[in-house]
Amino acid sequence: MAYVVERKSLSLSERLYLPQIVAGMKVTLKHLFKPNVTLEYPDVRPAIPPGYRGVPTLVKDPNGREKCVSCQLCEFVCPPKAIRITPGEVPANQPDRAHVEKGPQAFDIDMLRCIYCGLCQEVCPEEAIFLQNTFSMTGYTRAEMVNDKAKLYELGGTLPDQHFKWDKKKAAEERGNPHH
Amino acid sequence: MSSAPAKPADLVTVNIDGKEIAVPKGTNVIEAAKLVGVEIPHYCYHPKLSIVGNCRMCLIEMGMPAVDPATKAPVMDAATGKQKINWIPRPQIGCGTNASPGLHVKTSSPMAREAREGVTEFLLINHPLDCPICDQAGECKLQEHSTAYGRGYSRFIEQKNVKPKRTQLGPRVTLDDERCILCSRCIRFSKEIAKDDVLGFIDRGSYSTLTCYPGKQLENNYSLNTVDICPVGALTSTDFRFKMRVWFLKQTPSIDTESSVGVNTEVWSREGVLYRITPRRNDAVNDTWLADSGRMLYKQVKADDRLLAPAIGGNSTGGDMALKAAADLLKAGSVAVVSSGRSSLEEQFLTKKLADALKTQASLVSRVGQGDRLLISSDRNPNVRGALVTGLISALPSQKLAGLAADIDAGKVKTVISVGEDLTAAGLTAAQLAKVSVIYLGTHNNATSAAAKVVIPTLTVFEKSGSFVNQQFRLQKFAKAVPGPAGVNDDLVTLAELVAAAGGGILPFALGQLWTQIAAETKVLAGLSHAALPATGHLLDASAWAGLPFCEGETLHFKPAAVPAAVNA
Repeated sequence: MAYVVERKSLSLSERLYLPQIVAGMKVTLKHLFKPNVTLEYPDVRPAIPPGYRGVPTLVKDPNGREKCVSCQLCEFVCPPKAIRITPGEVPANQPDRAHVEKGPQAFDIDMLRCIYCGLCQEVCPEEAIFLQNTFSMTGYTRAEMVNDKAKLYELGGTLPDQHFKWDKKKAAEERGNPHH
Repeated sequence: MSSAPAKPADLVTVNIDGKEIAVPKGTNVIEAAKLVGVEIPHYCYHPKLSIVGNCRMCLIEMGMPAVDPATKAPVMDAATGKQKINWIPRPQIGCGTNASPGLHVKTSSPMAREAREGVTEFLLINHPLDCPICDQAGECKLQEHSTAYGRGYSRFIEQKNVKPKRTQLGPRVTLDDERCILCSRCIRFSKEIAKDDVLGFIDRGSYSTLTCYPGKQLENNYSLNTVDICPVGALTSTDFRFKMRVWFLKQTPSIDTESSVGVNTEVWSREGVLYRITPRRNDAVNDTWLADSGRMLYKQVKADDRLLAPAIGGNSTGGDMALKAAADLLKAGSVAVVSSGRSSLEEQFLTKKLADALKTQASLVSRVGQGDRLLISSDRNPNVRGALVTGLISALPSQKLAGLAADIDAGKVKTVISVGEDLTAAGLTAAQLAKVSVIYLGTHNNATSAAAKVVIPTLTVFEKSGSFVNQQFRLQKFAKAVPGPAGVNDDLVTLAELVAAAGGGILPFALGQLWTQIAAETKVLAGLSHAALPATGHLLDASAWAGLPFCEGETLHFKPAAVPAAVNA
């Protein structure tokens, strides 16, 4: 259905053209001397706010020991099934870890599947998996997009620990049972 | 599964949480409550073991109808017009309380709840926070009841007890003593069922520790049942330890193939990989037990010597080529059929059709070992009776194929088709095998597969569905737990194609259709179907084979009809 759009006639200043140009240049000049609002990514990286959910990583405790005990709760809770763990026994030749008994043999997170929901971090009873600051994951092949255990620890680094649960356990073991 | 309906005199009416129910005399309150759909939490009670009542978790409130002590007349409650109930002022244990006429029980009254909460708090005092690394997590009774009766935080500020964490009780069982809640199920099992009384508690109070008798080990062939019945993660299977969390595993009902007892099992798998085998309760066959040897059978699936590809003359080939080569050999005539007591009833039915088409009588090889009077019988074939039922054989098999050996020597046989039997182990010499063309259908490499002209790989019991007939003539079914190796056909498909090649007509190979035919052609199986078989099996009419001298001796829930024949028969 055709209908007629009424065209307003131009005012005098509009017909003169120059006032409009001057007004436009004023806006341009104002922004020329204002501070930048854009970042020159990737040369400049944004500051990541606390609580940001980036790439999931495995962290070590302040003594550089593996925290994950491969309880597989993250694998269970992961909505897109991105996590795959092969549980294993901690070998007896690791005196500072052997009393933990269990640790992951392999730990893979498929970043093509991961939806950055953070449920793995929330469910972890050992505070071993954290979604940290890394937000950019790229790769040329599918295999490159799967983070294995070594990569996960490299990304994760070390985070402070408030509990040292297993150290307490070991201390109790060494103190022993006074009745025995 | 009580066969005869109990006489009214044997039933007593009890009232559980306001519901009246008639239960057999001698039923305890836990079992009676189960019948009305109420679960009373318990740790030490086990339906197949003696009652000790030491965990105190099943505390309930109970009362009896009031009677006047002098006149024995019922005391009526004026408010309700019913007989008054005298409630006992303290909680009682449900496992040690047997149903008596008029017994009233409150399973979740404030007193019972409070009592259980107290028990739970005491149990958790010294229990380690091991759930993330504990194999029992997910099927742990303490975990389950702690969510229902625990307070969620601990008031215990003292040091927890320290006990040995990694004791090897035996070759297959690892003990974590800190997790033990001292229910003594494992001790009672060893003493009462396995008759190998090696376990016991030492020390007192919270220092009590489960240990083996000095110089002994928990090494009997039923040791892993203690792991099954352990309500917490104290006893763990060394084989399954740290392999996989149980909530990932899928359960498939199966049958133990190591002997003719036909123990009902549960096979646990994840994504096509088997992780463990546990017993499945069947009160008519195995109660809740399974031998350790039967639990290791899953390893055959991923064994190195598994046959994975069809072969002609030792060279791998395609499935169609191998079938064609086998068909050519069958068409040439003079074929002997060796069937197996390890095949399922359906396979034996098709093997019978194959033997009929080739106008020969199939032979079977018997396997006899020492029975342990519990769950391993002396007949180590799971399905010899299936062969009798399907008519594959009419007399009991012997251990050596003497008749076939004589026929080969006499030149009467040109081709031997073996459905899963190692002919060398059955008494044929390498020279005899060299004289004939062997078609071997089997799961693993052996001397026969090495000597065979045509090898067609088949599936293990975990990779197919079917049924076995056990020593009681109980027809029991098993289901496919994991897919077979790529390129390996279902055994029924292979056999149906061989029957067709031998001129026996087109037979169905899908279980449903095949069973229509089996039920139509076999008298004792009339009206049955694989799909409708109950989980506990179906007892067949065995009168036709009553006179046969079966070799089995007495085992759990089985008494041989006649005197067992000599073991070397």
